[in-house]
Amino acid sequence: MSEKTIEMTCVVCPIGCNLKVTMDGNGKFLSVTGNKCLKGAIYAKEEVTEPKRILPTNIKVVGGELPLVSVRTEKPIPKKLLFEAMEVIRTFKVKAPVKRGQILIKNLLGTGVNVIATRTVKMDKGT
Amino acid sequence: MKRLEYDVVILGGGAAGMGAIRGALSQNASVLLVEREASTGGVLNQCIHNGFGVRVFKKELTGPEYHEMYLEKLKGFDAMYEATVLDIDSESRLLKVISASGIYKIRYGALVLATGARERPFEALRVPGSRPSGIFTAGLAQHFVNLENRLPGRKAIVIGSGDIGLIMARRLTLEGVEVEGVYEIMPYQGGLTRNVVQCLKDFNIPLHLSTSVVKVHGKERLEGVTVAKFIDGNPVSGTERFIGCDTLIASVGLIPENDLVDKEIEISSSGGAVVDDLMRTSVDNIFAAGNNVCIHDLVDFVTVEGEGAGQNAARVAKKEKMPKRVGIFKKGKGIRVISIHYTTATIPFKMYVRVDHPMDMAILRINDTNLKTVLNAKPSEMIEFTLDPTKYNLKGEIELSAVEAKR
Repeated sequence: MSEKTIEMTCVVCPIGCNLKVTMDGNGKFLSVTGNKCLKGAIYAKEEVTEPKRILPTNIKVVGGELPLVSVRTEKPIPKKLLFEAMEVIRTFKVKAPVKRGQILIKNLLGTGVNVIATRTVKMDKGT
Repeated sequence: MKRLEYDVVILGGGAAGMGAIRGALSQNASVLLVEREASTGGVLNQCIHNGFGVRVFKKELTGPEYHEMYLEKLKGFDAMYEATVLDIDSESRLLKVISASGIYKIRYGALVLATGARERPFEALRVPGSRPSGIFTAGLAQHFVNLENRLPGRKAIVIGSGDIGLIMARRLTLEGVEVEGVYEIMPYQGGLTRNVVQCLKDFNIPLHLSTSVVKVHGKERLEGVTVAKFIDGNPVSGTERFIGCDTLIASVGLIPENDLVDKEIEISSSGGAVVDDLMRTSVDNIFAAGNNVCIHDLVDFVTVEGEGAGQNAARVAKKEKMPKRVGIFKKGKGIRVISIHYTTATIPFKMYVRVDHPMDMAILRINDTNLKTVLNAKPSEMIEFTLDPTKYNLKGEIELSAVEAKR
C-alpha cells in the first residue's frame, strides 16, 4: 500500500511548528519533518497513534485564601479520556494549605499520571 | 503624605514587571513595585493552561507555575499592593500613589511602565440590539471560571478568535458549558494555530471565519444573537441566522494600557508606548516593556523585554550616560506591527513584528537586505528576530517589510 503524508501543527509549545508526518498504508507512523525539537517528533508519532494532552483545570480548596487551586496532569493523558478525567477531578476537594507541585490525585483513571497543584494556596487568614 | 525614594519604580507586577524587578535588582538598584492587585503575576494567575516558559524555563508550564517559579528568583524588592498611581510628574521624577495605607509621594531615579493591556470590550463592535447580562470579555470569563469558581452561563458562543477566546472555548467545554461555535469577522484566525488545534479541533468546536454578530437579543439575560457572513468588514444581507445562547464571550483584541502616560510619552498608532532598543520611551528616565508596548504572543518574550527595561532603568537611575537614538524604524509593505521604533545601534536586540495579512511564505527585509524567511506567516503569530548593529546598518531611516513569495 502507498504511503501518505499529513500536515499538522505541533501543540507541544507555542512556537507551533508545521509538521509533515509520513505514514504507511496502514496508518503506521514512518517519519516526520518540520519539527524544531525532539519533543515535536514524539508528538507527531503520538498524534497519529494515540493523541495525548496535558489537562489543566481546578480543584476546590477548603479553608484557603482562594476557593480554587489550579492543577494539571503531570504528563499528557490520552485525549479521549479528557471528559472522564474532568468528571473525576470535579469530585475532589483539598484542604489548604496547598503547595505547588503537590500531588492531589494519584494515578488518574489508571493512566499512571498524577494530578498536581500548579500554584500555592495559603490558609485563609480569617480562619 | 508619606515620602519615599527609590532608584527604580515599576508600575505593574505581571510578567513584564517581574522581569523589570529582576533586571533592576541585577544592577543593585533599590526597587519598588506598585501593583493594583493583592499579589504579583497579573494575568498569569488566571491563565491556568499550559504553554508558558518554553524559552525562560526550557519547559512547558502553566501560568501560575511560571509566575511562582519566576517570583522565587526575585529577592530584595519592596512592593505596594492594591495601590494605584494618581499622577506622574516626569520633570521632577515624582509619583503620587494611593493605597489603603495612605497617599505616597515617591521620587524615582527611573520608572518602568509594565501596565500590560486591557481587553477590547464587545461594546467597541457597536452591534445593534439590546444589552442584557451574559456578555463577557474572554478574560473576565476566565477570571470567573478559574479564580472565582463561577460559570458565566450554560450555552455560549465566542466572538473573535483571539487566543484567550480559543482557550476559553476549551475551558468552558471542559466545565460542561455548551460552546456553539467561534465566530471570526476576518477571513483568518486571530489566535495561534496551536490553539485552534488543541482548543477547537480537539473538541469539535466549529470556527466560522468571515462571520460575526449583527444583533443581540434578550431583555434581562441574553437569549441569542444573529450572526451573518462578512465581506471586507460589512455584513452580507441574506446570510443572517439566529443562534440561541445565554452567554457571549468576546475575544476581540487587546489594547495596550497607557492611559496614565499618554500625555507624557510618545504613543504609536496601535496604542503602544514607543520605545527604542533599550526599552526607553520618549522620556529619558521612563522605560516600558510588555503588552503596553505591543501585544505579544508569548509571556517568555515579555519577561525578557522586562528584564532589559529594568536593567537599563537601573543604569539611568545610577546616572550612567546612555547612548542616543540614531535610527528610526518605519513599517514598510506587509508589516502591521513593530515592537521597537528607534535604535541606538549599540547592542544587538530582539525585534518582534506582525505581518498585515496571511502569507504562504514571507520574506522579511530590512531596507534592501533579506533577514528571514517565514512559512505560513500570519498576523496572529509574531515573528521574532535579532538585529545586530555590527551586521546591519541601523542608523537613519530603516524600513522593515515583508514580501510574499511562492514556496
